[in-house]
Amino acid sequence: MASKFSKETYLYWYELMLLIRQFELAAEEKYKMEGKIRGFFHAYVGQEAIAAGVMTATRQEDPFVTAYRDHGLALAKGMSPESCMAELYGKATGCAKGKGGSMHFFGKKEYFFGGHGIVGAQIGTGAGLAFAEKYKGTDNVSLTFFGDGAARQGILHEVFNMAMTWKLPAIFICENNNYAMGTSVTRTSNVHDIFKLADAYEMPADSVDGMSAEAVHDAISRAVKRAREGGGPTLLEIKTYRYKGHSISDPQKYRTKEEVEEYKQRDPIQLVLNTIQKNKYATKDEIAAIDKRVNDKVAAAVKFAEESPFPTEDEVLKDIVMTPDYPFIVD
Amino acid sequence: MARSIAFREALREAMSEEMRRDDRVFLMGEEVAEYNGAYKVSQGMLAEFGPKRVIDTPIAELGFAGIAVGAAQNGLRPIVEFMTWNFAVLALDQILNTASKMLAMSGGQIGCPIVFRGPNGSAGQLGAQHSTAFESYYANIPGIKVISPSNPYDAKGLMKAAIRDEDPVMFMESEVMYGDKGEVPEEEYIIEIGKADVKKQGSDVTIVSYNKMMKVALGAAAELEKEGVSAEVVDLRTIRPLDWHTILESVKKTNRLVIVEEQWPMCSVSSEIAYRIQKEAFDYLDAPIRRLTAADAPLHYAPNLVEAALPSVDKTVRLVKEVMYMKK
Ligand SMILES: Cc1ncc(C[n+]2csc(CCOP(=O)(O)OP(=O)(O)O)c2C)c(N)n1
Ligand SMILES: [Mg+2]
Repeated sequence: MASKFSKETYLYWYELMLLIRQFELAAEEKYKMEGKIRGFFHAYVGQEAIAAGVMTATRQEDPFVTAYRDHGLALAKGMSPESCMAELYGKATGCAKGKGGSMHFFGKKEYFFGGHGIVGAQIGTGAGLAFAEKYKGTDNVSLTFFGDGAARQGILHEVFNMAMTWKLPAIFICENNNYAMGTSVTRTSNVHDIFKLADAYEMPADSVDGMSAEAVHDAISRAVKRAREGGGPTLLEIKTYRYKGHSISDPQKYRTKEEVEEYKQRDPIQLVLNTIQKNKYATKDEIAAIDKRVNDKVAAAVKFAEESPFPTEDEVLKDIVMTPDYPFIVD
Repeated sequence: MARSIAFREALREAMSEEMRRDDRVFLMGEEVAEYNGAYKVSQGMLAEFGPKRVIDTPIAELGFAGIAVGAAQNGLRPIVEFMTWNFAVLALDQILNTASKMLAMSGGQIGCPIVFRGPNGSAGQLGAQHSTAFESYYANIPGIKVISPSNPYDAKGLMKAAIRDEDPVMFMESEVMYGDKGEVPEEEYIIEIGKADVKKQGSDVTIVSYNKMMKVALGAAAELEKEGVSAEVVDLRTIRPLDWHTILESVKKTNRLVIVEEQWPMCSVSSEIAYRIQKEAFDYLDAPIRRLTAADAPLHYAPNLVEAALPSVDKTVRLVKEVMYMKK
C-alpha cells in the first residue's frame, strides 16, 4: 500500500524528529553529567511528532509560541542547533544571548516567539500574534502550544471567547501529555477531553493522535485552511506523552514504568522509520547517513556551545528597554 | 529540647500543628497533596489530614486564590501555597482587590484571615520569569502583612502566628533555603509578627537584611570581623509592618547603615528603610545610608550574569568599608 505522504515528507520528518531527540539527549547528558546546563530543563522527548506534523502543515511565516518545553519547536522552526545549545549553556552566542536559558528560546527571524515560563500566559500571546496578522491583512496563522495543565487556566476561556468572536487566525494546540507535573489530566477537571472546552465558544475542535506525524499534519492542515480563509480559530487536543520527567529533577512517582514503556511502543520516530523502511524510501545506508548527519550536527552544536564565551557582565543592564542611555538605578 | 530540622520541616510542623489545633485551617495549592509538595513542604500532610483539608488544585492561581479568599470570609482559615510567588501574580487581583480591602470596604464587618505562602526570589539560573522577589510589591499594600524569614526557627514561629492572624498574611520562603537546617525546639512557640531580630551584635555598622540575603549579611559580618569591623546584623523577618524601631536603636549605636536585599531598587524595602532612618536618626548618621539590591533588570540566565546581578558577601564587605570610610 502506498504511503499517505511523499518520500520526502517522511524523510524530512524522520530527520527533524531525530535531531530534536538527539539534541535533547545530548543536552540532558551535559546537564546531568557535567553541570554545564542549569535551571529548569523540560524535555520534549516523546512529543516530537507534533513538531514534525505542524511543520509540514504550515509555512515559515506562521508564528509559533509555546511554553517552557520549547526545544523541539524551536529546532523545528529552523533555529540552529548551535544557537539553541549555546543558549542552554548560557553563552553569548545563544538564541537569546544566554539570557533566556532552556525555557526561553526565541527566534524572531524564524517566527518563533518563544518559550514562556508562566503556565497559560502564551495562550493570550498566541491569539495576539493572530490578531496582528489579521490586522496587517496577511493570511498567516498563529500556532499556540500549551499543556494539559495550562488548559485549566482562566486565560484560556477569555481568549477563546475573543478569538472566536473576532475570528482570529489562531490555532490552539493543547499538547496533552497526560500530566501537569505530577497531576494527571483526570485530576484537574471534570472534563477529561480538553478539546470539548471549545464547545462553550462554538469553536471547531478535534482530538488528534500525537504519536503520528501524519495525524498531526492532517489536523493542522484542516485548521490552517479554515484560519487562512477567515474561518477563525480551532482547538486541537493532541494526545501525546513525555518519556522523561516533567523536568530533570522529577522523580516521577506518579506513574509506573510500565505506562512509560507502553507509550514507547508507539514511538513517533520509530513509526515514521517503519514507514520509510516498509516503502523502501531509503536504504539502510541512506538511513545511517541521516543518523550520522544528525549526530554530527548535535556534536557540532555541543562543541560550538562549549567554545563560545559567556556574555560580558555589562549585559546585565542591556536589552532591558529600547531607549538608549536609559537611567538605570545603580547605587 | 531543641533539635535541628530543615526549613521545610519547620514550615510543615507549623502548618500541621495549627491544623491539629483548629479544624478550620486547611491547605490548598498545586501539587500540595498527592505529590507531597513541589518542594516537599507538605510531605505527609495528605496522609495525616486527608483530602478534605490538603487539597490539590489545577493550575488556576486566580481561581483557587479567589475560592480561598471567599472561604476565609466565611469562617475558614485557608493556607494557600503558590508553587512560587511568580505565579501568584495571576492571583494578585484577589489578594489586592479583594482580600486586602475586605475589612475596609465592609466597615470592619468582614475580615479575611488567610495565609498565602510559597518560595520567592531567585534560585539560581531560573531565568527572568522565575526569579522575582516580591516583598516590596506586597509591602506596598495596606491591609495585609508580609513575612520573609531567614531560618527554620523564625519560619516556624512566624508561620504559626500567620495562621492565627486575623488578616491576610503573605509568607515568603525560598527554594534554596528549604534544605537549610536550624535549631527548633520541640515545645510550641510563636513569634510575634512585626518584630525584627538582631542576629549578631556589633558596634561599628548596622547591616539590615531578610530572607536568604541574611546569609550574605551574616557572611559579610564574619568577613568584616576578621578585619576588625564589628557589624550588627538585623533580620527584619517581617516586612510589613516594618519594625524600624529595632533598626533605629541599632543605628543609634553604630551610626552607620547598610541594607542588603534582593528586591529591584525602585520603591524597594531599602527605599522605605532609608527614608525612615534618615528622618528618625538624621543626627546619628556618620555616613549616607547605603544599600545593595538586585540589579535594575530582569534576572538573566547566564551564570555570570546571575552573579553580577545579585548581592554577594564581597559586594557587601566593600560597601560596608565605604560607609566606614576604610581603604578597600
Ligand atoms: C502560572 C504558573 N503556575 C505554576 C507554574 C509551575 N509549573 C510549571 S510547569 C507546570 C505543569 C504544566 O503542565 P502542562 O501544562 O501539562 O505542560 P507540560 O509540562 O506537561 O508540557 C507547573 C505547575 C508555572 N510555571 N506557572
Ligand atoms: Mg502536560
